[in-house]
Amino acid sequence: MKIVAICGAGIGSSAILKVNAERVLARLGIEADVTAADIASVQTVATDAQVILTSAEFVDAIGKTFADIVVIENYFDANELMVKLEEALG
Amino acid sequence: MPLPQLTEESVVIGAKAEDWRAAVREAGAALTRSGATLPAYAEEMVRMIDEHGPYVVIAPGLALAHARPGPAVLANGLAVVTLATPVNFGHPHNDPVSVILGLAVADAEAHLASVAELANIFNDEGAIPALAAADSVEEVQRIMGVQL
Repeated sequence: MKIVAICGAGIGSSAILKVNAERVLARLGIEADVTAADIASVQTVATDAQVILTSAEFVDAIGKTFADIVVIENYFDANELMVKLEEALG
Repeated sequence: MPLPQLTEESVVIGAKAEDWRAAVREAGAALTRSGATLPAYAEEMVRMIDEHGPYVVIAPGLALAHARPGPAVLANGLAVVTLATPVNFGHPHNDPVSVILGLAVADAEAHLASVAELANIFNDEGAIPALAAADSVEEVQRIMGVQL
């Protein structure tokens, strides 16, 4: 399974999302490859992704995708991530 | 890889900023004082938000200001600015912001481990209010895990 975390530069908030998503997935016992990327590369990076994690600002810019787009509000809230990831993957 | 060093020069307590741009520029000035960036990096951080919106407000009360690696980045750097009066970034859930982290990375690949450190600090939900209330540089450094 592939999950992509998207932000503006691909180095700050998406990197934090990646780290926390990996922790939550480990806790859920789900094996997945989580990549952090910037919005400019979303179409190439996310072509084979099941889930895209991002902020509300980027939903329009991500455009057409087969992946589930999961909008995260508090990047440090493991519970929010867990609930939303479980919902998207369940 | 640990977080970039949080030196005295890269911490500002109780900065007066009239809006989010001024707050982000404070973080940029702190990064420049610490030797991590050229002054131009501050405007690059402002431009990222102008371009993509207030997504850098990644948790209630906290903005992670950053731009891309580039010529304005001299070394990996981290700055912490707390505001005397919180400012709004226009974020739907996480405004108002009282703590700005400024992040500069020279190499995007190499810094993931240091960002993991940030996650370790802030997965404790008390960290942001504690930073906002800190009244000394040492206290900020302690919350940020600096060995004093």
